[in-house]
Parts: sequence; structure tokens; C-alpha cells
Amino acid sequence: MNPTGHRPAATRSPFVAPAWIALASLVGLVSALLGDGIFDLVSWLVFSALIALFIRAWTRRERR
Amino acid sequence: MQRSAIKAWFVIHKWTSLVCTLFLLLLCLTGLPLIFGHEIDHLTGADPEVAPAPAGAVLRDLDAQVQTALQHYPGNVPLFVGWDPEAAVMYVNTGARVDTPPPQMQTVQLNTLTGEQVPAAQFNEGVMYFILRLHTDLFVGLPGLLFMGAMGLLFVVAIVSGLVLYGPFMRRQRFGTLRTGRSRRLAWLDLHNVLGVVTLGWALVVGLTGAINTLAKPLEQAFQAEQLGEFAARYAGQPRPATLSSLQAAVDTARAAEPDMRPAFVSFPGTGYSGDHHYGVFMQGDTPLTERMYRPVLIDATTGELTAQPQLPLYMTVLLLSQPLHFGDYGKLPLKILWALLDILTIIVLVSGLYLWIKRGSTATRVTEIERAQHREGA
Repeated sequence: MNPTGHRPAATRSPFVAPAWIALASLVGLVSALLGDGIFDLVSWLVFSALIALFIRAWTRRERR
Repeated sequence: MQRSAIKAWFVIHKWTSLVCTLFLLLLCLTGLPLIFGHEIDHLTGADPEVAPAPAGAVLRDLDAQVQTALQHYPGNVPLFVGWDPEAAVMYVNTGARVDTPPPQMQTVQLNTLTGEQVPAAQFNEGVMYFILRLHTDLFVGLPGLLFMGAMGLLFVVAIVSGLVLYGPFMRRQRFGTLRTGRSRRLAWLDLHNVLGVVTLGWALVVGLTGAINTLAKPLEQAFQAEQLGEFAARYAGQPRPATLSSLQAAVDTARAAEPDMRPAFVSFPGTGYSGDHHYGVFMQGDTPLTERMYRPVLIDATTGELTAQPQLPLYMTVLLLSQPLHFGDYGKLPLKILWALLDILTIIVLVSGLYLWIKRGSTATRVTEIERAQHREGA
């Protein structure tokens, strides 16, 4: 049992995040192929979001 | 996960990664400038900017264009002609023989309106071509391509096995956990895990499509054999025509057959794209997808008549789709920049993986490390 009383954050499957990332990547990869304009924009947003995920993890790193 | 299962996946991940890592580093590093090949060629003047032809403008006759090109390389024969969809420029590839391979081709770029030569660099010379050969075939042709393709497939297996190991590692951790303050090894391990997952989908697709692209030549040969097989009997025993029918007429006939498309390139007889007796006029659409789904129109190079409009088989569709998905050239400059950033993140995954291997203990220690991570904090 967790000593702090509440359930740890990671009781969900660890594969939830990878599954979402894989799905989003697929959307991003296909979208710009289908057309220009909004289709390009969707691809740009998806891949920017993936890179933002890493930047977020980096800024929240545990330094101790 | 059972210790035995963790060990099996760990061994798969370790060996598939180790074998391909150095080549993948080479691919990622050389791929970086190649993403921006088009922009770099414009900046260096290797590929000068020319405005597109005004709508409805009368283009110079194609047979005259080919003659102009051949004047630059007397004794050569024409191999391919093709058009830049964004500029009033066409290229004419020539060579000493009809089966001249790309490294020996000599190319003339011409203004499609005036027939003046556009002072462009040869595609098969210079730094960018050197980088391209390093990226694709290590300067040794098909064996090099297939070898790099095999490295791409190992990379795919390394990603999948890495994802499987990510499970027990992260069972007790929130996604994105980066513990940089404890040990250096843990910091690199967390970085490897976070970046490995962030780049997961992109790296799988770029790796797999890269491997498929290495099969381009054999697939094109199979396609040629298949599409020509139907009417091979009609041309059996006939030599390649010595004088060819009009190229302009062939392109006009193909345009009439596919009125909603434009010609992308034409292969001359004997070049390996349309048999010994035909022009292959490859038509394209104008969306990012249909631009690459060429529709071939075969024109008899003696009579000028349309022989066939073969459908692309599934394997050619897969090949043609794999090209943009590998190059990242289908969503303008922002997509190219994101492609480059993901490429750099992949380099960090490779380097951190290499670091973790160099700072390894025994396999048993590593397996115990993964096993403990899954049970840590009193599960």
C-alpha cells in the first residue's frame, strides 16, 4: 500500500501514453498527405505537441 | 512481467539496437541536411529559382527541347524528361547508353517556355549527392541499399522491444518522469524512455518506410515485367526502335487519356521503366497524395499510339507512399522543421542507448533493474 494514502499516479497501464502518442503520430503523418491548408496544420500541431511533451518533461525534471 | 520474459525482450532490444545504432546515427545525421535538400539547393544556387509558367502559356516543343539538351552532350541519348511542378523548368537526363545508371547520367535543365538552359548543378555531383549516397547505399549500389534496409528493419524491432521494456520500467512512474538528480545512469535511462516514447510513432514509420524505399529498384523492375508481360508477345523479337516517334505527340496523347492529370516525367524506351518499345508517360495529380501516385501511360515509341494504362499494383502504391512518409516533404517548411527536430530527438535516443550499454553491468543486473522498477514502492 502507498504510505501517503492516495493511489500512486501510475496505476493506469504504462502503455496508455505510448498508445495515445502512436495514434496522434499516425494522424499527424497521414493528415498532410491528404491535402493542404488545414491538413498541413493538423500535422504541424500534432508533431509540435509531441515535442512539447518532451519539453514539459524536461522542465519538470526531478533534480534531487 | 516474468523475469524470463523481461530477459528475452531485453536481449532482443540490446542486440537489435547494438547492430544498427552506428548506422542509424549515420542515417539520422545525413538525413538532417537531406530533409532540407530542396531549400539548400536553392540557397547555394545549385537549383536556381525560376518562376512558374503563366497559365495558358505556350510551352516550347518537347522534341526541340530534347534536341537542345543533346547539343550539350553530343553522342548521348535521352533517358528521361521531367517537370518541376513549381517552376517553368524541365530536366532532360541523358547518357551514353539507354541503360546508363543514375551516377553516370548527364542532365540539362531547360526553361519550358524559351528552351534556354537553366544553370543548375548536376543532381549526381556535389556535397548533397555525397550525403545522399552515404544515406542510401554507402556508394555500393543495391547491396548497400539492402544492407541499410536491413538496418532499418532492426531499428523497427529495437523500437518495438524497447516499448515492451518500457512497460515494467514505467509501471510505477508517471509518463514523462525524468530523474536527473540521483545517478547519471538513471537520468540517461529516463531520458531514453521519455524520448523513445515521444518519437515512437514517427520513428517506426520513418524506419519502416526507409526500409521499403531501399527496395525501389527491385520493385520497379517487377512492375515493369508485370505491366509489359501482358503485351510482350506483340513485341517479341522486335529490336528497340532506332528512330523514335515524337515525344511531344506522346505526351499530348497521354494528357488526352488522363485529362485531369499532368505529366510528371517520361521514360524513354530501354531505360527500365517502360520496356524497350514504349515511352512511359507518368501522370500525376495535384494533391500531396495524388502527386505521388503516378499513373503510367504507355505510348508505342514507333507508332505513337497508346498501348496501355496499367494500374499500379499494391506494392508500387506502398512504395510510392513510403517516399513522402520517409522524406517528410509533403507538409511545407514547418513539417520539414518538425521532421528535423524529431530526427534530433531520435539521435538523443540512440546516444543515450549507447551510453546505457557502455555503462552496463551484466545482463542479469540489467534484468534485475527492470524487474525491480516494476515492483518498486511496495507493489
